[in-house]
This record gives sequence, C-alpha cells and structure tokens, in this order.
Amino acid sequence: MKRPAANNIGSALREAGISRRDFLGFCATLAAAYALPAASVGAIAAALEKAPRASVIWLSFQECTGCTESLTRSHAPTIEGLILEQISLDYHHTLQAAAGEAAEQARMEAMRANAGKYLLIVDGSVPLGNAGYSTIAGVSNVDMLKEVAQGAAAVIAVGTCAAYGGIPAAQPNPTGAVPVSAVINDKPIVNVPGCPPIPVVITGVLAHFLTFGGLPELDDLGRPKIFYGESIHDRCYRRPFYDQGKFAETFDDEGARRGWCLFKLGCKGPVTYNACATTKWNNGVSFPIQSGHGCLGCSQPGFWDMGPFYKALSMPTANVEKAAGIAAAAGVAAGAAMAVANRGKKAAAKAAHAPVTVEDLEKKP
Amino acid sequence: MSERLVIDPVTRIEGHLRIEAQLQDGAIAEAWSAGTMVRGIELILRGRDPRDAWAFAQRICGVCTVVHAVASVRAVENALKVTIPPNAELIRNLMIGAQYIHDHVMHFYHLHALDWVDVVSALKADPKATSTLAQSIGSHPQSSPGYFADVQKRLKGLVDTGRLGIFQNGYWGHPAYRLPPEANLMAVAHYLEALAWQRDVVALHAILGGKNPHPNFVVGGAPIAISIYPEHQGQGKGPHYRGGQGGTTLDVVGLERIQAVIASMKSFVDQVYVPDTLAIAGFYKDWFKQGEGLGNFLSYGDLPGKGIDDPSGFLFPRGAILNRDLSSLHEVDLDADDQIQEYVAHSWYDYADGKDKGRHPYRGETNIDYTGPQPPYRHLPVEQAYSWIKSPRWKGRAMEVGPLARVLTLYAKGHAQTKELVDMALKKLDLPVTALFSTMGRTAARTLETKILADAMQGWYDQFVANIKAGDVSTFNEALWEPSSWPRHAQGVGFVEAPRGGLAHWVVIDDGKVANYQAVVPSTWNAGPRDPQGQPGAYEAALKGHAVHDAKQPLEVLRTIHSFDPCIACAVHLTDDNDDAFAARVL
Ligand code: SF4
Repeated sequence: MKRPAANNIGSALREAGISRRDFLGFCATLAAAYALPAASVGAIAAALEKAPRASVIWLSFQECTGCTESLTRSHAPTIEGLILEQISLDYHHTLQAAAGEAAEQARMEAMRANAGKYLLIVDGSVPLGNAGYSTIAGVSNVDMLKEVAQGAAAVIAVGTCAAYGGIPAAQPNPTGAVPVSAVINDKPIVNVPGCPPIPVVITGVLAHFLTFGGLPELDDLGRPKIFYGESIHDRCYRRPFYDQGKFAETFDDEGARRGWCLFKLGCKGPVTYNACATTKWNNGVSFPIQSGHGCLGCSQPGFWDMGPFYKALSMPTANVEKAAGIAAAAGVAAGAAMAVANRGKKAAAKAAHAPVTVEDLEKKP
Repeated sequence: MSERLVIDPVTRIEGHLRIEAQLQDGAIAEAWSAGTMVRGIELILRGRDPRDAWAFAQRICGVCTVVHAVASVRAVENALKVTIPPNAELIRNLMIGAQYIHDHVMHFYHLHALDWVDVVSALKADPKATSTLAQSIGSHPQSSPGYFADVQKRLKGLVDTGRLGIFQNGYWGHPAYRLPPEANLMAVAHYLEALAWQRDVVALHAILGGKNPHPNFVVGGAPIAISIYPEHQGQGKGPHYRGGQGGTTLDVVGLERIQAVIASMKSFVDQVYVPDTLAIAGFYKDWFKQGEGLGNFLSYGDLPGKGIDDPSGFLFPRGAILNRDLSSLHEVDLDADDQIQEYVAHSWYDYADGKDKGRHPYRGETNIDYTGPQPPYRHLPVEQAYSWIKSPRWKGRAMEVGPLARVLTLYAKGHAQTKELVDMALKKLDLPVTALFSTMGRTAARTLETKILADAMQGWYDQFVANIKAGDVSTFNEALWEPSSWPRHAQGVGFVEAPRGGLAHWVVIDDGKVANYQAVVPSTWNAGPRDPQGQPGAYEAALKGHAVHDAKQPLEVLRTIHSFDPCIACAVHLTDDNDDAFAARVL
C-alpha cells in the first residue's frame, strides 16, 4: 500500500528512518563551500528539509563517463544519500536499472511529471558535424538535448566537454563537437568544468540548487565563483617555493622529493581556476600537484590545445594579474605582498558571498 | 513468429551501446552490436608531443581511468626504448591492481547485480533471516538483523515515495529473477556498502596519481617523487625553508594509507564480493550453460615482475586459446603485421584499398564515413555498416578478451592459485569445468581474478617499501626525456591487461610528434560488429540462442551483455590518414 508521496527530503528522511548524519554532512558541505558559520548548518538543513526531492535527468553525450565516476566518489553528500533521499535521479545511463524502451519511458515520465521543475545535467559535448556521430535510442544528441532542456528549470554542464567542448573539440575537432551552451540559449546554464570536476564541486552546485532553488553566482565563463574564484597557484601549498625560486627540474630530483614548485615541469596552476588546491580530491587525500605532477589546466576552456603539458608557461603569471609578474621578478618581498593581496581577494570573495546566502536562508523560515 | 528487438540505450555500462536482435519464436536467431558515439580521439592525438599522449588517451575512458594512460606511456617507452625504474613499475602495478579491484566490485554491484537482484522484492525479506543467510556465507561484520532492517527501511522510504529514481521502470517481478527476498535484501545492502567502500579505496590512486578519476602518469616512470627528507613540511616557513617529509603524498603517512587501502580491498573481496558471487551464482546455475559465444580467447598478459619486456615475469600470462582447447596456449605477437588486424566492413569507416581488407594498427588507417540512417531512426541497416566500433581479428579469428580469457589462460598454464580458486568455486556449485564457458562463468571469472589481484597487491607493496628502506627512491628515468635525444622515426606498442581485457596502443613517432596513434581496446574485441567473412563479434555470438521471455523486458540479453562489462567509449576510435577528404565532411 502506498502512502501519499513523501516528496521532500525531510519527510523522506523521517520515513526512511535513517540517521541524519548523511544529511547533515550534505548541509555542512554546503556551509563550508559558502564559508558560512557552522551555526548556519541548522538553517540550511531546515531549508533543505522542505525542498522536494528534485527530479534530475542526466544526459550523457560525447563523454568518457569520468564525470559520472567522479560523482560517485562524492563523500558529502554521499552518492547513496543523494540517489536515495536527496534527489530523484530519473535518467542516468550508467546507474539506472531500466534499459532501452523502459529507460526512455522513465525519461518521458519524469519530463511530464516535473515539467518546468526538473534539473538537467549534461556530461559530454554535442557533435554538430553529423547527427549520426552520436545517438541515443536512434535520436541525435542535439535533438535530445533540445527536447529535455525545454522543460528544465536549469541546466548544469558537468565536465569540460559539456562546458567548453573538451577533448572532442580539441584540434582538429573531428566531429564538430560543441558545448551545451552552443545549443541551448534560453535556459540558465551553469558550467562545472574539470576533466573530471571535483566531486564536491558537482554536489555543491546540486546542493545550492536544492537549497535555494536557483543557481549560484557565476564568473564570466559560467562557472560558480565559490569554486572557481581563485587560481590553483594562489592556493598551492608549493607556492612558497615558487616565490623563493625553488623548482623541481625532473620528477624525482631533490626538489621533487622536497615538494618544490613544479612550474618548470609545465604546471598550469597559474592560469587555472579551480578548487583542487583547497578542497583537494577524494576526500581531501591529495591533488595532482601534491602527487608530483603539474596541473594540466583541465577546468579551463581549450586546455587541450594550450601547448605541451610539460612546457613551462612562457609568461609565468601574465594571465593571472600583472602583480604576479612582478612577484616572479622581484622574489620574496613581492611574493609576500602577493600573498597579502590574495588574502585580501579571498576575503572580498567571501564577503561578497556570505551575506547573500545567509539572507537567502533567513528568508526561508 | 519473427520480431526485431532493439535495446538502445543499453544501460548500466560505460558508453553508448545499441543491441538489435532478430527474435524467432521467442529466441534470438541473430544479434548485432553497435557503438553509437564517436569522438575521434586518435585523430586528435596526431601531431601532439608523445609525452602528452597519455592524458589524451586516458580520456578514452573515465571508468578504465588508469589503463589507457598506462598503455600510452608504455607505447611511447617501447618506441623510444625507455626503461623505467623498478619502483615506477611497482607503482603502476599497484595502480592497475587497484583499478581492477575497484572496477570489478563496482561492475558486480552497481552495473551487473540488478540483472540478478530484484530490488523491490527485498522489501519482503525478513531481516533476521537475512542476517542468518549473510552469516552463513561470509564473515563480513556488518550482518546483524538490525543492520538489514535499517537498509530495508531506507529502501522502503524510497519505494513509498512512488518515485524510484534510478530504480524506476526496472524489470522488478520478472519471472527470471530467482533470488529469495533475503538474498535480494543482502545484495541491496552490499550495493550500498560497495558505493561507500569504492570512494574510499580510490585513495590509493589519489596518493600515487593526485586524483581519481584520471590520475597522472608520466613517460619514463611515475610522476610522484618519494618524500624522504625528514624536515617537516608546512607553509609560511620563511625564505630558507627547503621542504621535506610531506613534500608529496608519498611519505610515511601516504604509505600507511596505501597499506590500509590494500587491507580494505582484501577484506571486502574476501568477505563480501567472493561469497556474494558464489551465493548468487548458486541460484542461476542455468546461466552456466549459455552465453558463451566464440570459444576463442586472447590475453596480452600484464603485471610485470621483471620489466615489461619479459613476459615470463608477468602475473597474467600471454596467449591465445582456440576452440575451448585449454591444452595448447598459442603465442601472440603484437608487432607482427599478420596477427592483429582491424576490419571495417560493417563499421562507419573507410579504407583506401577497400572496406574488406584488414590492417595492422601500425598501418592503421581509418576515414570516418557515416553511412547510417539520419536520426531519428528505428533500425540499423545491419547488412551494411552499423557501428562506430571496428572488428579486430587475431589471425583472422574473432576472439573474446577479459576476465574469462585471463582466468582460462592462467588455468591452462597451471597457475596454482587460479586452479585452487576455480576448483573451489566449481566444487561449491557442483559444476564441471566447461561451465566456465558461459555468461555466469564470465561473471565468476571476474570475481576470482579480483581475489588473485587483491592478494598480489600486498606483495607489490611490500617490495616497494623494501626498496625504499634499502635506499632506492628512484621513480623516474630522465635519460630520454628531451625530444632532442629521440630518433627521427620510431614506433612502439604499449599493452595492458585492462579490467575488461587485452588493451594495446600503437604509436608511430616522426620528428618528435605523434604521426599515427591506434588503440585496439577490450570492448573493440568484444563489442565489434561482423567482419568481411560475416563472423560475429563476441557479444553477437554470445547472444545467439537466448530465449527472451518478454521482448519488452529483455533481461536475458542484459545478463549476457553485462557479463562482458561493456565499455563503449573505449571501443570506438578512429584515425585518419587523409585529412582533406575528412575535412570535407566535418565542420
Ligand atoms: S606553479 Fe604550480 S606547483 Fe608551482 S606554486 Fe604554482 S600551482 Fe603550485
């Protein structure tokens, strides 16, 4: 016998009778992402508990499934919590039980029942070279994207392929691959780039949507500022060595073993905006630079064609800001000044975000 | 009565796969396997720095996130004759081993299990009886009645909302589901536990490669240096601070964590994965009698103990088995022009000298040539080209690759642990050795090789730690790093036994740049279409004869297809020797 649908997270939780640990972890992640005081976890939880389990349709186009794999590595919220209690993942090729017609039916049902309200997540680029380059159930990617986007509340382009074209669009772009934003122009789109994106960044954007019913503030590349507001270089633990001019010259010389800067081995950290150096990967275990390899720049548009990965950036920090160039030239003193400047920038970024989100919370009793 | 069955999308796999089948009186007379997405990564690789190739090749697949990168660095190392330090080989073995264990467990619980486990039936289970069942088959500590009652409550919470999410429209209640409710509940509990377990054990990749998915690799060794200097690492240490322990994640803390991951992998495999496989298989013994297919098996071999150039030190041996004959293992040569060849008779590519010729990957030439129907379409013209996957053949024969091929090769070689494990499983299930040639045999082989790897991990780790203790901290060979030290022309092959089977990348390097790049991957072997002789690929052959109870709920097809663990993004690839002809067709 079916009880009336408990279509919000709070009642789903109560009915499931599970511990609130998962759920509060989810709220804590959100609070941390927005640099909110710990006390706001309760307010977020309250707002979230009233939110219905949002319907999510996930479309995979020209992709490698790395973005989905990354999502499954999410620690807070956990993937189990997400798919059982927090969202209704109504279409997702890699995880869903149904196949073929039954799967397509699930997509249609979700689109009908949640018209105007569901969230569309896309990974992979869309080939425009020929409709036959990528099809699902005999339908071209571009047609399916348009069809599903029409009734979506918003679109999240997960991964660099969906956000900016990614590897299929790398030279010479054999299939005419384009990002989601080249096909959809009448819906809010948030880009969550990375090859793949950090799990907590994917779930953080989801959490924002579930809590506030809208999308976070974006930078000029459509990325949420909270996660993509600072360069890797700004937050890199090897930065003191960069400022001192101490560089690893190969992968296992003394410098490499001491954790010196990887700039000369081609690190693209100075021109890459992402949260790897702060949130790190896989529950904070490491990130590429901490494991000895320079940053590939995977959250930047066109990074595949930004020159060989092991070639040092020619103008060290020109793309970051002019002051950084001075830091490189003038050494330690200027480096210290840069650090202060960056701290200031971070504080400003936090200040810009905190009041908005707290107000948002207060509006929802 | 004759009827066309189409399954598209085939879900719970990696990538975009479509199966079409001709049903004759409720059974499959013919089946066709089609990859429906192409990106052209091999074409994108041309002209690049060969040292960068691994990163591009790695994006062939985010599930097999380690193996394409390793195949790529090995191909370049083979071409340039670069040897890597023993520590780098151990690091790669540990990363490949961890990939297998992670991937096979996720495949079993999250992709394949729902073919055998009726999630909704778990609501009818008695938690106490479930606990008794769990304790009777394994030693996993999470097995109390309260534990299973909690899982059941959580599942009920979901079902009661009337919105099943990823479980929506599953074939629940289908008569081919035969587990009792208690076994279903146990499996659902382990589905959730495996989700939690997997995100923790990828820490090994994060420590050694910086992140997962898509950890980092480097031509000539491993990118991670070993932190050996005792000074403590920290920020704000002043201008003369030199760095030390903690400079990279490979310090004492990282090593301890790797050890913990290896222990966690081993206990999950021993206490949960192996017992669950045997328990579930026991209810589906008829699936040990169908779904075999080709009867030809190929393994490139891998997991070196004495360097990649010495197959005698491989944990997984190299060889080919023909017509189920385990008494002779045929020699395989990846460089020989007449052994491995790819055909495109039924693929959306063209060859300059005709669509019916085969080409060894060094001479690999593919022109993208979509001749299929314009979408939306209902059926593929299977008499012509119908897939983005090519048809590789070994000496003209279609071959199956993967866990079953490896286990059979090990068995044929008389590998003691394999014999012991296979004999134990067969005895427990009361089955003859020929039962391995089947859908469930493939699934069981995957579990058994995971056990072999979970045990081998400790040996590699111990050796690695012993090397460091003895003062060997070398992880990278810089001798041939600079392109100025390379010959003008070079070519090489890099191979890996990937979780889904034999994988190899062939690279041709001219003037320091990639001139040609070809990947023939496990799912190209298994999921490929018919060749010019009309010989079916492994999926197509395995589906033949399957009875399908309800064409609207083709559970039987999914069981056999999933037993191969399809990885379709991997399988589809292209190279192009004729840029002009190509440019006319794309943007
Ligand atoms: S160049 Fe790279 S390794 Fe060096 S400080 Fe910047 S981000 Fe870190």
